[in-house]
Amino acid sequence: MKRLYKVELATKLADRVYEYWISAPQVAQHARAGQFLILRLHEKGERIPLTISAVRGDAVRVIFMTVGKTTQELATLRAGDSIMDVAGPLGKPSEIASYGTCCVVGGGVGIASMPLIVEELKAAGNHVIGIIGARSADLLILEDELRGICDEVYITTDDGSKGVHGFAADVLKKLLGERTIDRVWIIGPAIMMKVTSGVTAPYGVKTYVSLNPIMVDGTGMCGSCRVTVGGETKFACVDGPEFDAHQVDFAELMQRQRIYTGQEKVSLERFAEHQCRCGEGGDHHG
Amino acid sequence: MGDRPADIRIRDFEEVDTGLSPGEAIAEAERCIQCKKPLCVTGCPVCIDIPAFIHKVAEGDFRGAARALKEQNMLPAICGRVCPQETQCEGACVLGIKATPIRIGALERFVADWERQDGVELPKTARPTGKRVAVVGSGPAGLTAAADLARAGHTVTIFESLHEAGGVLTYGIPAFRLPEDVVRAEIDQVLDLGVRLKKNHLVGRSVSVDELLGYDAVFLATGAGLPAFMGIPGENYNGVYSANEFLTRVNLMHADAFPEFDTPVLHGGRVAVIGGGNVAMDAARVARRMGAKVFLVYRRREEDMPARKAEVLHAKEEGIEFLTCTNPTRILGEGGCVFGLECVEMSLCDLDASGRPSPEPIPGSEFTLDVDMVIQAIGTGPNPLLVSLIPGLERARRGNVIVDENGRTSIPHVYAGGDIATGAATVIEAMGSAKRAAAAINEMLSEE
Repeated sequence: MKRLYKVELATKLADRVYEYWISAPQVAQHARAGQFLILRLHEKGERIPLTISAVRGDAVRVIFMTVGKTTQELATLRAGDSIMDVAGPLGKPSEIASYGTCCVVGGGVGIASMPLIVEELKAAGNHVIGIIGARSADLLILEDELRGICDEVYITTDDGSKGVHGFAADVLKKLLGERTIDRVWIIGPAIMMKVTSGVTAPYGVKTYVSLNPIMVDGTGMCGSCRVTVGGETKFACVDGPEFDAHQVDFAELMQRQRIYTGQEKVSLERFAEHQCRCGEGGDHHG
Repeated sequence: MGDRPADIRIRDFEEVDTGLSPGEAIAEAERCIQCKKPLCVTGCPVCIDIPAFIHKVAEGDFRGAARALKEQNMLPAICGRVCPQETQCEGACVLGIKATPIRIGALERFVADWERQDGVELPKTARPTGKRVAVVGSGPAGLTAAADLARAGHTVTIFESLHEAGGVLTYGIPAFRLPEDVVRAEIDQVLDLGVRLKKNHLVGRSVSVDELLGYDAVFLATGAGLPAFMGIPGENYNGVYSANEFLTRVNLMHADAFPEFDTPVLHGGRVAVIGGGNVAMDAARVARRMGAKVFLVYRRREEDMPARKAEVLHAKEEGIEFLTCTNPTRILGEGGCVFGLECVEMSLCDLDASGRPSPEPIPGSEFTLDVDMVIQAIGTGPNPLLVSLIPGLERARRGNVIVDENGRTSIPHVYAGGDIATGAATVIEAMGSAKRAAAAINEMLSEE
């Protein structure tokens, strides 16, 4: 079997959250903020989209949470292992320009999308505020990295174990009340993006969210990732993944994300059983 | 030879037609009267010397027949299976006027299958010219142009965005019509001519437009893509698919074999497929093989369907229920899931611009079809991604690249063919346009 895309570094960042650096020159050389890649682990694998979190030389970084079979299987790969297919960068890059003050909000593993957006916004001359939120302190990722590139960083945890006790939306609301914010990016679970973007609507601040519907090809061919934005059907893979948050039909997005819930469970159980039989239950990431 | 019984074949994805035996092929070839001015050739978009290859078959010289075929067509096993011969070569065959035309498609397939079994012989390639040509897309048009350009001695690189080559041959046409190993083998023959294939490369994203335009010549064959939706309420319910998505999940990703393969697909109990083309037939027959009761909903009459006659017949044999002169108006759902398709019956009035009767809804004829899945196979638009990124590339209102009869675009060294130029068409029409463009590219590169 010809395996082409090598895992250069695999690190566990938090419970069920992993950071992988994968060698994929054609992706790394062209990746821009807001874009994603699609990977397929092996001949029987599915194609899953993951946001490009950072780039270094010919390698790209992805950060993911193990939720389904493919992410669990991906998390078993170690440095030196290979991934059969990596395609990208896909999707439109973020609309970067000199806006003034920008706020980039990340929720949970969505924080992974922030560095490239922040870097490009900074390079365009913006004052960039980062807000990162997670359920608890141990699930917060990339804090140091974001402190290094943002002008200001605010932290929230649902349980109050670190930073502001509450949600990113609370901090964002407070900031909006205090000063002028010209553009907002929000990346996280659909429900978090829905709630958080609700905060910016009354202020009329243009807000982008990065949508994560189910995809197959990721190149505009199948229509699996269709979302309703401003009453129109859009394909997240080629028209997005970033859209005007205030136009997005989040209820429909969340409903379509659940299409294969039943099958995903079957696949996951089958994988867990296989892992048990092979005696691979242990966590080697340390 | 012939078709496997419908009740057997709906249980698997094996090929429907089992093909000719050598004896049958020779007997069929002997019927050919070897016309001095063969009309069949004029009916062939890639200009195969049909009498010549059939003559070799009649002589039992299958190797010679394969050589004659591959003079013009590097994908004969594919074309023999999926071309609409009844409107092309076989439709033009003079024997068809009084009796049955020669079964040219079946003979083409026989020869190609024989060669694949017996050992493939590659056609000769010209001496290297040192010219570099980029082909974007590895579907029928891309493969055909790549083969012709490689044979002319140019260094050809194909860029493919997916993880497999073949385009619609791989993701679109199901295995019971076009087996995967047949497609792979013919793609391998093209690659064996020295063509480089770069998979997972989406030009415009993974390869910059500047890099693309830096080649001595460029052939755009990015295909159709962008599935059309009817624009009726309920289209985004879970359980509503474009035919592209449904077929891609099954053909490319093998979702029918889930959970052995990781990609899932919904299994409808009662499925409505909307459309009357080959893609609609393919989607309906795939859903049938996955165990569904399938309704094919088409707004005109059966005789107006653009699908190949053989596919319509096969679909009916396999128990697909046709609801013609019927148009869907709304998809009904609850909790995101589909439970019905509201339709209206259509009356057929005056002929429209396409020469087909234009359908009008009959007031009061509304009814609801009890289905839990809907597949829309109403066509695709040109994939806009790359072509919209190339500055100065002129496109028509519908988004397809404007070309002359030789595939020339508004940019001197950029050519286009297949669905991105012509709009949705057949495999063989895409190949024909690719051959003309390849000839023009070759001419341009020789003049330099």
